Amino acid sequence: MNPQSTPTTSAPADETSTLSLALAWVFVGVPLAWGVSQTFIKALALFK
Amino acid sequence: MAENSTSFLDRSRTVAGPGYSRWLVPPAALAIHLAIGQAYAFSVFKKPMGALISGNVDAPAPDDWTAGQLAVIFSIAIVLLGLSAAVFGKWLERVGPRKAMLASALCFGGGFLISALGVSMHQIWLVYFGYGFIGGIGLGIGYISPVSTLIKWFPDRPGVATGMAIMGFGGGAMIGSPLAVALMAQFKDVAPMGVAPTFIVMGLIYLAFMMFGVFTIRVPAEGWKPEGYVPKTNQNALITSANVDADTAIKTPQFWLLWVVLCMNVTAGIGVLESASPLIQESFSDSAMGAGRGVTAAAAAGFVGLLSLFNLLGRFFWSSASDKLGRKPTYMIYFGLGIALYALVPTLAANASLTLFVVVCCVIMSMYGGGFATIPAYLRDMFGTMQVGAIHGRLLTAWSTAGILGPLLVNYLRDNQKAKGLVGAAAYQSVFYTMAGVLVVGFIANFLVSAVAERYHVKNPAPVPATAGAH
Repeated sequence: MNPQSTPTTSAPADETSTLSLALAWVFVGVPLAWGVSQTFIKALALFK
Repeated sequence: MAENSTSFLDRSRTVAGPGYSRWLVPPAALAIHLAIGQAYAFSVFKKPMGALISGNVDAPAPDDWTAGQLAVIFSIAIVLLGLSAAVFGKWLERVGPRKAMLASALCFGGGFLISALGVSMHQIWLVYFGYGFIGGIGLGIGYISPVSTLIKWFPDRPGVATGMAIMGFGGGAMIGSPLAVALMAQFKDVAPMGVAPTFIVMGLIYLAFMMFGVFTIRVPAEGWKPEGYVPKTNQNALITSANVDADTAIKTPQFWLLWVVLCMNVTAGIGVLESASPLIQESFSDSAMGAGRGVTAAAAAGFVGLLSLFNLLGRFFWSSASDKLGRKPTYMIYFGLGIALYALVPTLAANASLTLFVVVCCVIMSMYGGGFATIPAYLRDMFGTMQVGAIHGRLLTAWSTAGILGPLLVNYLRDNQKAKGLVGAAAYQSVFYTMAGVLVVGFIANFLVSAVAERYHVKNPAPVPATAGAH
């Protein structure tokens, strides 16, 4: 896996830190996980 | 100042500099798709919006909006999704994903705000215009906005990349539904059924959430490729290294075959979605399963939730698998296995095989979701990356078509069987057999897909305007 881009032309530095990458995934991951958990709880009714 | 703020949105300002991680692009895409995926949860508003005057969902007033009037809102949105994706696809390729994502966020969030006004004034045409028309345009632009960018960042695994984003669309309904229920409960004392303030809050939340995508998205510099990535050549005739522009693509038989593939896959999936709750309750009732062992309404809602989970997982699983299996074989599985499973459903329902019935429906739904998520990578294989977003946009008219025709067909078949006096699983037999037939059409269309003829290829691709390479 190559997480860093290697542009062929000069462009301003756009360094991505591990923290900002993790925060970005948390930002979208938390609502998604909440939605999935709500649906999962609802789905459990089928097995009761 | 104004010039600076405008240029922030320009494609040239979105070109990634050294050190930018391509793994930031999927969260940016998810921010858009998780928001607009709320559209699939719009039905949660149906009952409250049908009781704005009476204040009682079980006893609507004569002037309350009917279920039929409310159903039009989603229909307009889904039609506009396809139309706007088709119309704005080339614009998106020209201006880049950031400007398109901003347009989508403003339309989608704005659609909620206009609809809040419509609900407050009890003017349904304002809701049609707000959520349906303006919001629908936001849906279409938002749906396609990150797709070509993801494909360009992940040439080594386009199925994984687009699967992640389009999985977000499935997940959006899972967030949107409980969020709306919670907000309406919170605001129920402030406004009739709490709908208008819920629309305002959701519009603002989604606008802010989508802005994360606007700020985070980057396009790769011209000529960029992942370190160590060597494009495969001549291994698969269905994966081209050439490019076809969007206007030419729609003149190829391959485009229309894939249009049929998507349309048939969606139509059949809608057959299950529309029938799932009543079918499981009617087929596995107390009389079929024994007193107290039948499927209750709550359990049926749980079944629909389970189908949503498999719809979501299928988007990522099947699309990722298609990177290994190839797109055409993956759709052969969707259709081949799908035909067998759809034909099996009525038998399982008639025999009261609840566990198998649930398993089969879950597999079917995973392939329904997979069909959505795999199609961008299929288009990229056939037509190249140059205008894949625009081509994808035009193909989404197949979804709109299925979104209208599918429910019409399913409801007609079911009502027709019930009018003949058939009940339980028997009333749904023709639905599932017809859907298996629909999949046969899709199977044939996919079987006929071959490489795009060289005469359609762009001879000298024009450079993408205003990338880093142009500076």
